[in-house]
Amino acid sequence: MQFPAWSQERALEVIARTSGEPGPVLVTLQGIQEYFGYVPDGAVALIASACNVSRADVHGVLTFYHDLRTELPRKVQIKICVAEACQSMGARDVAESARKSVIDNLDVEISNAYCLGNCALAPAASVDGKLRGRVSVKSLVKEISQL
Amino acid sequence: MTIVYVPGDSAARSVGADQVAIEIASQANARGLDVQIVRNGSRGALFLEPLVEVLTSSGRIAFGPVSADEINSLFEADFLNGGDHVLALGKSDEIAWLAKQDRVTFARVGIIDPLSISDYESHGGLTGLRKALDMKSEDIVEQVTASGLRGRGGAGFPAGVKWRTVLNTVGEKKYICCNADEGDSGTFADRMVMEGDPFMLLEGMTIAGIAVGATEGVIYIRSEYPDAIEMMKKAIVLANEFGSLGENILGTERSFHVRIRVGGGSYVCGEETAMLESIEGKRGVVRSKPPLPAIEGLFGKPTVINNVLTLATVPAVMSGGADAYKARGVGRSVGTQVFQLGGNIARGGIVELAFGTTLGSLINDYGSGTFSGKSIRAVQIGGPLGAYLPASSFDVSMDYESLLAAGGMLGHGGLVLFDESVDMAIQAKFAMEFCALESCGKCTPCRIGSTRGAETITKIIDGQDIDGNKRLLLDLCEVMTDGSLCAMGGLTPLPVRSALLHFPEDFDSRIGATK
Repeated sequence: MQFPAWSQERALEVIARTSGEPGPVLVTLQGIQEYFGYVPDGAVALIASACNVSRADVHGVLTFYHDLRTELPRKVQIKICVAEACQSMGARDVAESARKSVIDNLDVEISNAYCLGNCALAPAASVDGKLRGRVSVKSLVKEISQL
Repeated sequence: MTIVYVPGDSAARSVGADQVAIEIASQANARGLDVQIVRNGSRGALFLEPLVEVLTSSGRIAFGPVSADEINSLFEADFLNGGDHVLALGKSDEIAWLAKQDRVTFARVGIIDPLSISDYESHGGLTGLRKALDMKSEDIVEQVTASGLRGRGGAGFPAGVKWRTVLNTVGEKKYICCNADEGDSGTFADRMVMEGDPFMLLEGMTIAGIAVGATEGVIYIRSEYPDAIEMMKKAIVLANEFGSLGENILGTERSFHVRIRVGGGSYVCGEETAMLESIEGKRGVVRSKPPLPAIEGLFGKPTVINNVLTLATVPAVMSGGADAYKARGVGRSVGTQVFQLGGNIARGGIVELAFGTTLGSLINDYGSGTFSGKSIRAVQIGGPLGAYLPASSFDVSMDYESLLAAGGMLGHGGLVLFDESVDMAIQAKFAMEFCALESCGKCTPCRIGSTRGAETITKIIDGQDIDGNKRLLLDLCEVMTDGSLCAMGGLTPLPVRSALLHFPEDFDSRIGATK
């Protein structure tokens, strides 16, 4: 996935879409991340000002939620579920081996997920947001190579 | 023209349903056959996905699990006319795994086109809402109370009692919040409702709104469910256009609006007060109760908070009546439970049955044992905060009270099966680690205790002073149980203690142990 470079002007436009809603901070941070791929430093003060809260409040929300990130993501996002249902099908090994096999690939980012809602077809993963079931290291590596 | 159903449910898509749909369309085209593909939800027999169905003169005929490679042979076998094939399963309604179930909440899931209101209506949709629109608020609440419907999120609190509190609380504004933050591992029923029958959830929320005098609803959906989010967004637009949602519902004076809030990847936000904080855009920190959310909930206003399955069951309770719903189940666990079979299981998926079936029946008769073929060692019921039970407890009745008596909890109805290769000390350690990762941080026993708990179990695994560390661990569990505001810290000890109780050999005889 490609994201536009930081621009204060664009950020203000994105922020304005949601800053007037009730309880706007989280949804506005999500909007910024959806647009830029992450929450750039410069966005925090803009959000605080637009939502009429302190920068500390925005920082607090930004650091609470696992989804929100402060660095640009790599091109390919792989999430491997390592919660109980997938553990029972060997997900811990899948996650560990998958990490090793793509360690040199700087385009790929592998993170842990805790339930993707595909527990009957474990182990589960998601590749750029698309759900996968009955995954193996082999199937993941193959899919990555085709991206 | 022949109608072919290929599920659009994300679980079906996770094993190739999209490729199957594309391949069917392209081969039908090449062969000059007129085929219309409907992306239905999943019927819930997930081990058969992708489950392709063909509408023939004698009903829907099923084939599965189908892969794109097999489409050619299906056409060669004339599957469009129900031709015989190695993947043929016969009539969909006669597949024993499905036919034996008692589908109430999941009656339409997998049957209809999720985004077709006419399909929804012709299968009984909007009947409950129409009835509710002719009733007084008090009478709707009474009917839901009389049905005995209990919250399906985990706590099992009577829905009618909650609704009555909100109805009787004065407020210039009230809210209906649907908790769709289905974070428990082993559960996926909320997702399948949202992807397979989204209008049912909207209808349930609208009835709740009419019942308690709320005009605004929020569905809080976890970010891990992108397909469910898209489906609900589309359904809201369609329902507004149709008039079953929005201003002047179905030509009446009533109004109800629904919007969606997406979670931020935080498990604790499935706890109802943390969810309210998150909808308000704040850190998902748990609130103290009282005040109850029913009195001071979202933005301080009286709020009904119910799980997806609870609200999705309301239309059936309204259309079929309280007595019909109450007739199912055992004791105070009335109606049906949507059990979700997952993990190391041969035949996983949705099994909706009246409360009171046995654990063993679910695992053996429906699940057909483990996927690996090895013997069953443990089953975790009710998600990461639920107990691990051994195979010797398979005669326990699956209802709220019996499971509690057996030292477990039903939770959201998810069952995760483990084969003999599982190390229960590692599972206990994971329970603590997960709590450390997801604790909101408000209560010290949860925030710090979980980290100390994981460390203590590591010592046991390493064989250091096993007896002393076990005592310490149990003491810690007691502090966490008694000293945490919500179920995150309060119930994390449940999987830990149950692992210690039922599988002591995994803790006592570690290799290299120095007693």
